[in-house]
Amino acid sequence: MIERKSINTYNMQKQEFTLSVYTENQIGLINKIAAMFSRRKISLESLNSSPSEIENIYRFTIVVTETETVVKNLVRQIEKLVDVFIVYYNTNEEIIWQQMALYKVPTLNIMREAKVERLLREFGAKAVVIREDYTVFETMGQEKEIDNLLHELDKYGLIEFVKSSRIAIIKNSEGIHKKVLEMEKNHPIPEHIHNEHLSQRNMIFDV
Amino acid sequence: MSQTNIPSVQTTGSLALLDAIVKEQVDTIFGYPGGAIMPIYDALFDHADKLKHILVRHEQGAVHAAQGYARASGKTGVVFATSGPGATNLVTGIADAMIDSTPIVCIVGQVFAHLLGTDAFQETDILNITAPITKWNFQITDAQEIPEIIAKAFFIARSGRPGPVLIDISKNAQMQTFEYKGYTPCHYIRSYRPKPIVRPEYIEQAAQVINQAQKPFIIFGQGVVLGNAEQELQQLIEKSGIPAAWTILGKSALPTHHPLNLGMLGMHGNYAPNVLTNQCDVLIAIGMRFDDRVTGRLDKYAKQAKIIHFDIDPSEIDKNVATHVSVWGDAKETLPLLTEKIDKKEHTHWLEKFTELNQKEYDTIILPELFPTEGELTMGEVVRTLSDMTDGKAIFVSDVGQHQMVVCRYAQEKIPRSNITSGGLGTMGFGLPAAIGAKFGAPERTVIAVMGDGGAQMNIQELGTILQYQPNVKIVILNNSFLGMVRQWQELFNEKRYSFTDIMSPDFVHVAEGYGIAGLHVNERSELKKAVETMLKHPHSFLLEIKVKKEDNVFPMVPQGRGVSEIVLTAKEI
Ligand SMILES: Cc1ncc(C[n+]2csc(CCOP(=O)(O)OP(=O)(O)O)c2C)c(N)n1
Ligand SMILES: [Mg+2]
Repeated sequence: MIERKSINTYNMQKQEFTLSVYTENQIGLINKIAAMFSRRKISLESLNSSPSEIENIYRFTIVVTETETVVKNLVRQIEKLVDVFIVYYNTNEEIIWQQMALYKVPTLNIMREAKVERLLREFGAKAVVIREDYTVFETMGQEKEIDNLLHELDKYGLIEFVKSSRIAIIKNSEGIHKKVLEMEKNHPIPEHIHNEHLSQRNMIFDV
Repeated sequence: MSQTNIPSVQTTGSLALLDAIVKEQVDTIFGYPGGAIMPIYDALFDHADKLKHILVRHEQGAVHAAQGYARASGKTGVVFATSGPGATNLVTGIADAMIDSTPIVCIVGQVFAHLLGTDAFQETDILNITAPITKWNFQITDAQEIPEIIAKAFFIARSGRPGPVLIDISKNAQMQTFEYKGYTPCHYIRSYRPKPIVRPEYIEQAAQVINQAQKPFIIFGQGVVLGNAEQELQQLIEKSGIPAAWTILGKSALPTHHPLNLGMLGMHGNYAPNVLTNQCDVLIAIGMRFDDRVTGRLDKYAKQAKIIHFDIDPSEIDKNVATHVSVWGDAKETLPLLTEKIDKKEHTHWLEKFTELNQKEYDTIILPELFPTEGELTMGEVVRTLSDMTDGKAIFVSDVGQHQMVVCRYAQEKIPRSNITSGGLGTMGFGLPAAIGAKFGAPERTVIAVMGDGGAQMNIQELGTILQYQPNVKIVILNNSFLGMVRQWQELFNEKRYSFTDIMSPDFVHVAEGYGIAGLHVNERSELKKAVETMLKHPHSFLLEIKVKKEDNVFPMVPQGRGVSEIVLTAKEI
């Protein structure tokens, strides 16, 4: 019995999805990808661009909160862009993901009021710079861990805070080595059209 | 041959571009010059023997002409325009080509590379402007890129699901001399898969479902035309005995008089195919994308049916309508595989249902529309007269509005690629330039542009293009003194509050005369046949301005927000 791929059997709940978009390195491509979301009024919660395991192939990691139906559709639209190889979408359970954050706090406050060692231990943070006037902590992890430390440091006169976008590894993916090889296998031998003008250059190339 | 053995020559970017276009077998370019594309035009000056350049009167006209050329001929249309305003004038046409999957390549000039980003004279960021409305776009700032990028442009525009490509070439690259090794066409881009792989197991599944069906129904769209699969479609329909209906871009993929051709789908389509969409047990969609003008309200669309969707573009599958079986691929390849596997049948009982409903539409709508005996002329009788007097062999290019729906409903078309219209974007002003392009694309055919009095005034300047190049285009303006389609909605849904839809027009015959185009007014039924005959016999372009009923409505209609089977035959039912 053949079933209709009913939209109801998809998960209609909105949830976080991480998209991994493998592309050529092409100027302007990021705008084309971003426009796929903006024209549907979907906000990009996080967008990261980086090299991939293959030279000259780039990888965008994008986080959105949407239903699976919408995401699936979107993925096919993005894959349609000429310079995009392939797009994967995954739930948080299917990926290992991390973000990084930096926090700048007045050193005096930290020294006086907080136990630096406790912070480092409890939040898995690292002090990257310690100066007389300020200290910069760094932490790596998921939203919650980063936010917890943010709340904590807020108490000590946080001066500056920045968080990177998400990067993610897909648990059961073999990367795209095979995929790219497969696609390149289809490469036909280029035919070169003999150019009759080249031998009669005065006829056409008289500049 | 290894690359090093290939002879080379010093040449300019502009000449390399023209060489690429010639090698792509393009014979016609539609364009308009300006500062940033002057080096290309200078090179073109010496190549009029190989490349016919049609100087349009507005860049929007160039794109629509290229679209008409592409849709009539199946070849890729080519457009030249300058930077800044030249490039932005292309935008509507490019958007139209994108949504209607028309293969065109637009070459636009750009300011010198060193001026990019300085707000230089006539600099616009045309790449970002056109990013969402092109299949691909690219900026060239070095002449060495030209051969490869132009080859890619043509390959991308015409392969898979076709679409518009825009290449922006900075002036320095056009002028730059480089070592040219000749032209190598592109057949492969590693990140681009024009056609999905055809999976026989899904064709098998589709055949199973179809063979068990009692009330199967085929609906087809432009995918059949783009895949040149008209014959394959007809074979499928004839073997399976399945009735078929079309979207307006799919029209003429199956001759209109074919006994299993049951007409037009959608908002102003035929009664039977709309009603029976919600009674069939298997709906087989071929090369169409379930546009909202075709489906009406989605949650009332073919809920009872098993849906089989054939399309070359995987992103169309399950986009609007969830399928039971989807068959990815080019209709040219997939349809014969399906035909082979299905049983030969006749669906006499099922067809009777169509006949029954057709009769209802015929009596209430078609008969009074096509064969009125008194009162003012109707659009329908004009269109039917045009198609009768051209033996159903003309290309109808319509503009947008009521007359467009009437052309799609009533023109008889025996030959593929006979129905050229702006479907997805509904661009008023498409008709005249597209008809000019169609004539260049299919010079052996009679081309009739049918326009409204509103749309005729958008891009009317292209009469100048006709004046200069004399393509034999027959122009028919159905003048109802209104922006009729909008007026119809105002009548039906806004209590006849005709807010800015009464439009004044010039005497179109006089305007044509100014452009050296002969014409006639038709105000009475008794004048119609004779005038059409005069027009068709005239050796050059000819314009008919035909006065039709002012406040006529196109029916049937699937009112917005209703399901297809809630289609109404008269205003009273709304
Ligand atoms: C460029 C553009 N502007 C506005 C519209 C909206 N529109 C759709 S049909 C129509 C009326 C067309 O009037 P006319 O050309 O006289 O044709 P008729 O409907 O009277 O046959 C309008 C304004 C459009 N489709 N395209
Ligand atoms: Mg009108």
